[in-house]
Amino acid sequence: MADADPKISGAAKTDAIVVEDEAAALFRVNRRAFTDPDILAREREHIFSTCWLYVGHASELKKPNDFLTRDVGGRSLIFNRDRKGIFRAFFNVCPHRGAAVVRDKAGSAISFRCFYHGWAFNNNGKFGSRFEADTYPPDFNSDGCANLPAVPRLESYGDFWFVNYSASGESLDEYLGGAKEILDLIADHSEVGMEIVGGTQEYSIRANWKLLVENSFDGYHASETHSTYVDYLADATGYGAQMLMTNRPSLSRGVKLGKGHAMIEYIAAWGRPVAQWIPTWGDKGKAVVDAKRKRLEELHGPERARRIARANRNIVIFPNLVINDIMSLTVRTFYPEEPGRMNVQGWALAPVDEEPDFRRTRLENFLEFLGPGGFATPDDVEALESAQRSYRIIDAPFNDISRGMRRGEKYHDDEEQMRVFWREWRRRVEGVA
Amino acid sequence: MSATAMTKSGGLWDHREVEDFLIAEAALLDAWELDAWFELFAEGATYEVPQAAAAEDASPETSLFYIADDYFRLGQRIRRLKNPEAHSEFPRSVCARLVSNVRIVKTEGNLAHVAAVFVTYRSKNEITDVFPGHHRYILEARDDGLRIVSKRSTLALNNLRPQGRVSIIL
Repeated sequence: MADADPKISGAAKTDAIVVEDEAAALFRVNRRAFTDPDILAREREHIFSTCWLYVGHASELKKPNDFLTRDVGGRSLIFNRDRKGIFRAFFNVCPHRGAAVVRDKAGSAISFRCFYHGWAFNNNGKFGSRFEADTYPPDFNSDGCANLPAVPRLESYGDFWFVNYSASGESLDEYLGGAKEILDLIADHSEVGMEIVGGTQEYSIRANWKLLVENSFDGYHASETHSTYVDYLADATGYGAQMLMTNRPSLSRGVKLGKGHAMIEYIAAWGRPVAQWIPTWGDKGKAVVDAKRKRLEELHGPERARRIARANRNIVIFPNLVINDIMSLTVRTFYPEEPGRMNVQGWALAPVDEEPDFRRTRLENFLEFLGPGGFATPDDVEALESAQRSYRIIDAPFNDISRGMRRGEKYHDDEEQMRVFWREWRRRVEGVA
Repeated sequence: MSATAMTKSGGLWDHREVEDFLIAEAALLDAWELDAWFELFAEGATYEVPQAAAAEDASPETSLFYIADDYFRLGQRIRRLKNPEAHSEFPRSVCARLVSNVRIVKTEGNLAHVAAVFVTYRSKNEITDVFPGHHRYILEARDDGLRIVSKRSTLALNNLRPQGRVSIIL
């Protein structure tokens, strides 16, 4: 697409959304990507109906018969374990006349019963109602038409479960590519396992979903957008502002993980429950963190232990699974309701065997920065919504995502990780390899 | 439940005084008089906003809240909200806070547990969001007036859609 670069050929002459010119080190995205209903329709077909989408974490369904309901990729799903403990995913729609079969957010049930006409289903999806002999033909449901409709594919990597609405295509394992290594690093936060804690945060943003993709691993905006959080951190960590406004950290990189997945990795001054101490945690906290660090070194060697303990990672698994391994451990997905509005779901992930003090610290760290009432996320929301409103100015049609394009090794505050996302988006939505 | 109850010095908790206090508190927030608002809090006080529709007994030790401020973080929240770099609230949103259904639920000497229902309208960027819910306070009667020992504002919403954030104080 190099010849479609706006500087060369004039923006008006091309319909391309993603415009990359390697030689000129320019990367532009047409803002129609965020406003055009036709683009959203193409995303629904070529992304949300064919990619592997995160549905939930195994810890959310601890026992057989546990279930939860969740919207994933524009579909309402039942994600559950049947009587034998097998993980299942169904579309939450009655095969009879279409009412939602399960209306609770979560629970435990050996069967599901639609409230409209009472059609009932075993929690493995099998139709379970009985009728008088002549009500339906004798072979009724021989084709499965009266069973709960199952999601075509459900697979897991570790405790992370994904669905795919396309019956064919690459396996989850192939799809995840280099992202698996990062999921392994997160699993290594604990010897006994990780779990979702504290419930689900659900909010919306009046902006296109891809703006949150970019924002979730945007190492460039932090010091500008989040200066008030940095001020807070200076007081809350006990380090002071001088210490926080240092030069480039010892680790700072943007990393391609293949298949459209990418991350940024960097050192920062905030405390990490696994396992970076800050002065306000005191001597008692230091003893716990030191012990954790020592154990990580025993298990994984000093290099990997350091990476687990000290390095921060903001990851986007294409198209929209965000895992932020920062001052807390966040899992986040979000889906478009319309071009200018998305629904966000966020969770906190923590070691099952975490000490209560550190669990509290983890949750506090989460809500201080990441929550919709935190000291940072509301300002991100403001920025995303501001951009979305401005995209009505069709006279200024391009976003610039060129930062650091000439550099060999990319920094965490460059924009290579976003270019990785957009190249995969272009391949799927615009059909450009 | 009676509208009045005993206070610290043998006097009565006056429902009218409590209601006036809550209405005055809301007026300070509407006027963005944040320092004056913070002075209503006793040292060591807390301010919490659990997730939408949280159970009454939800605890920030085990549940994700939107806000779970101890006195230090609440002071920091005020400092932040006064800073023009708090982009979500600059330019400042325009708010109207209605406080109603005030009840003195229980009294313990100079402390009173107070419940109220609120509706807060917040306008910014030409969009008006509504935040309905209920407050639970513990108020302390002092010689120089009432102080807030704790305030928890629980939203009567399924989730934060479409509001998206709680960057104002409820």
